[in-house]
Amino acid sequence: MSPLLEVKDLMKSYGGVHAVRGVSFTVEAGQMLALIGPNGAGKSTCFNMLNGQIPPDAGTVRIEGKDIKGLPPRAVWRLGVGRTFQITATFASMTVRENVQVALISFHGLISRVFGFAGAACREEADALLALVGLTTQAERPCGELAYGDLKRLELAVALANQPRLLLMDEPTAGMAPRERVELMRLTAEIARAKGIGVLFTEHDMDVVFEHADEVMVLNRGQLIARGTPAEVRRDPQVRAIYLGEGLLYDARHREGTAA
Amino acid sequence: MEFLLVQALSGLASAASLFLVASGLSIIFGVTRIVNFAHGAFYMLGAYVAYTLTTRFAGPLGFWGAIVAAAIIVAILGALMEMVLLRRIYQAPELFQLLATFGVTLMVQDLVVVIWGPEDLLGPRAPGFTGAISLFGRMVPTYDLFMMTLGPVVLGILWLLFHKTRWGVLVRAATQDREMVAALGVNQKWLFTGVFALGVFLAALGGALQIPRTTVTHAMDLSIIVEVFVVVVIGGLGSVFGAFVAAIIVAELNAFGILILPQISLITVFLVMAVVLVVRPWGLFGKPESAPRAAAGLTIRPWRPFTQMERAGVALVVVAVAALPFFLGNYALTVGAEILIYVLFAASLHFMMTVGGLASFGHAAYFGLGAYGAAFLVKYMGAPMEAALIVGPLLGLAGAVLFGWFCVRLSGVYFAMLTLAFAQIAWSIAFQWVDVTGGDNGLLGIWPASWASRPAGFFWLALGIAVVGVAVLRMLVFSPFGYGLRAVRDSALRSEAIGLNRQRMQWAAFIVAGTFAGLAGALFAFLKGSVFPDYMAIPTSVDGLVMVLLGGVETVSGAVVGAVLYKALAIWLMSQTDLSKLVLGGVIVVIVLAFPKGVVGFIEDLRHRWPRKGNGAGAPVGATKAEAA
Repeated sequence: MSPLLEVKDLMKSYGGVHAVRGVSFTVEAGQMLALIGPNGAGKSTCFNMLNGQIPPDAGTVRIEGKDIKGLPPRAVWRLGVGRTFQITATFASMTVRENVQVALISFHGLISRVFGFAGAACREEADALLALVGLTTQAERPCGELAYGDLKRLELAVALANQPRLLLMDEPTAGMAPRERVELMRLTAEIARAKGIGVLFTEHDMDVVFEHADEVMVLNRGQLIARGTPAEVRRDPQVRAIYLGEGLLYDARHREGTAA
Repeated sequence: MEFLLVQALSGLASAASLFLVASGLSIIFGVTRIVNFAHGAFYMLGAYVAYTLTTRFAGPLGFWGAIVAAAIIVAILGALMEMVLLRRIYQAPELFQLLATFGVTLMVQDLVVVIWGPEDLLGPRAPGFTGAISLFGRMVPTYDLFMMTLGPVVLGILWLLFHKTRWGVLVRAATQDREMVAALGVNQKWLFTGVFALGVFLAALGGALQIPRTTVTHAMDLSIIVEVFVVVVIGGLGSVFGAFVAAIIVAELNAFGILILPQISLITVFLVMAVVLVVRPWGLFGKPESAPRAAAGLTIRPWRPFTQMERAGVALVVVAVAALPFFLGNYALTVGAEILIYVLFAASLHFMMTVGGLASFGHAAYFGLGAYGAAFLVKYMGAPMEAALIVGPLLGLAGAVLFGWFCVRLSGVYFAMLTLAFAQIAWSIAFQWVDVTGGDNGLLGIWPASWASRPAGFFWLALGIAVVGVAVLRMLVFSPFGYGLRAVRDSALRSEAIGLNRQRMQWAAFIVAGTFAGLAGALFAFLKGSVFPDYMAIPTSVDGLVMVLLGGVETVSGAVVGAVLYKALAIWLMSQTDLSKLVLGGVIVVIVLAFPKGVVGFIEDLRHRWPRKGNGAGAPVGATKAEAA
């Protein structure tokens, strides 16, 4: 059986800048895989190639064996890929529940229906998703007035609407308070394990990465330089040199300190 | 062969003025992100002021001094407009900027007639360029040769200005990143004003230089602005070189189009524009717009369908309106039917603008096509009114299918300009294809069936169609399809990521809106008993926009209220003043500046302020669209 996500020799350059150079990796169902690296390492570029937002110069991306070459993001989504964005992208003119409902309507193929009240469609399903991410009390609020942390949770609910087997999360906790970060990732990890979803995420917060990732990949100047368990990556001298530094950070005491 | 060469030369000569105006528009857009609809007005003012200076003050200034002085005077006027009007709306959605500058255009049209009179004016010849020389056995005016060399010279001067002066470097920097330039301590206000003045100077110079070639008329603003829009769409907004190349392309196409298809010369330009848009939607030398701006109609107050009470209220209003024929006279009922038709027209535009986020500046095209569709059926097939009302709008539908396919490839200002250009093309076909459309004389004798021939009967017919039309559009707003449209409008990134096909959905919305506009047009043909090309002209499109704006772009059905208010006001104004354009232009500017949410939006604001308060502290964060790479 082919892996959930299989990336082979992915390449992308902008003018003379080689943003991504020959990246290959796989993600299995139920796995939480983190992609880390310094700024400008090519994380976002790499990410955006995985769901068809940017066409790669070379290399293949396969989702459960299917090559996504030439497919727009909306078609990749149909293959069972959910995604969240580094800067949240939501529908500001709708309520929180309606944001999820639109995704569900699209998933159930009802988007071209010209009659019936959309606000009543897929309501239970939407509420179930909102309950999952802890937004039940916010369901009726206009999305435009949500706090940023809640928007990030809403994005997660929307991304889960198509019952994805693969979830792509680009800096899921960027811009959130420390306590919220830990909560959101704990939640994501629970959902992913319960439903057997493979999760690939980029992240700068090492607390989040080392607590929740099953495995960590390190990207530097467009190339993967390490992959392994958090403990292995943390010990890797090359990774320390370019990204993590030598400090004795990222242990449990430190985490409690920031969360408090 | 010689003839073709001479034709090509004459095309090059017309390209010069077109380039001057288009480059001005492009430079202004590059820095301020405003598409200056009033650019054609400044071009026209340049010609008029140059006419006065060259005929009355040619002594002290000389001809050439007068031309330059005219451009400078108009540039100062432009700078004033920037300071008084545009500075207040730089942050507004582009719809408001286009409308405000269009309001200025309307005002200038009336002012020009007041100052210079309605007659066409013939300016003096340029000293030193009065003759013609023989080229390939044909006479070519020397002034044409002068204009031909002027284009490249101005391009060279602009290049030097932007690459060799400190100011030019700042302008180019601001074109790429305004915030960064501001952060570096450059006074943006004066940079913007300076750029605007330069752009207007170029437009006015282009107009002033036309006076030895053509007469000065008060219609030259709209004819040039449409051509300029086509030029910048082909060349790419913000690119001076693109404007240069595209001006030559368009001028040559015009010169040769007349030879190939004298009936419909604009078709050749249209075909080239269509090809460019399919291959490079942002123009030959333009860049794709990086971060789309917030569309008009974006509200953070979610829409709700009517409650039972509200529905009952609406039903009461409809019943009350239906009872009007028992109280009103024939004239009032005819006016009432016209208002009802415009309600449907405005509602169709409103649907496309607010739900679809597509601000069309050429919605009249589909209104007119529907009218012509109905008229053709009556005239050429002897169809009864009932059949014509059903089949006629299909011509509007067909037009929307064709034009919409191209338009939805673009967004924002490009979309607005393209819809305008298409409407102008439809208008010119109706105007020029005399055999079929009757040209300027129109098609007469489109009378309703006998049961609807009395004003009361027609009023009920119009009411029935308007109510059903608005109800259907409202149903669409709250249907899954309507939600999908709003999703596409709110966030292109997110909607794509949940499987929505933006272009296809917006195309569908375009077609729906075009069809309902066509229905309104067909009804209008029977109301007036005739069809004219003016049904598709720019003023009709702008009427629709003002109705939507007046009602409120953030509302579900504000256009209904907007249409009633606006049409009643316009009909009353026409009877009160000769300067209706001046007043209307002023009204548009005031609405944009002081009342951007419209009447219904304003009322809703009040309603939501009273019941609960202190809810919306801080700016909404959900509307962020750009994704950091």
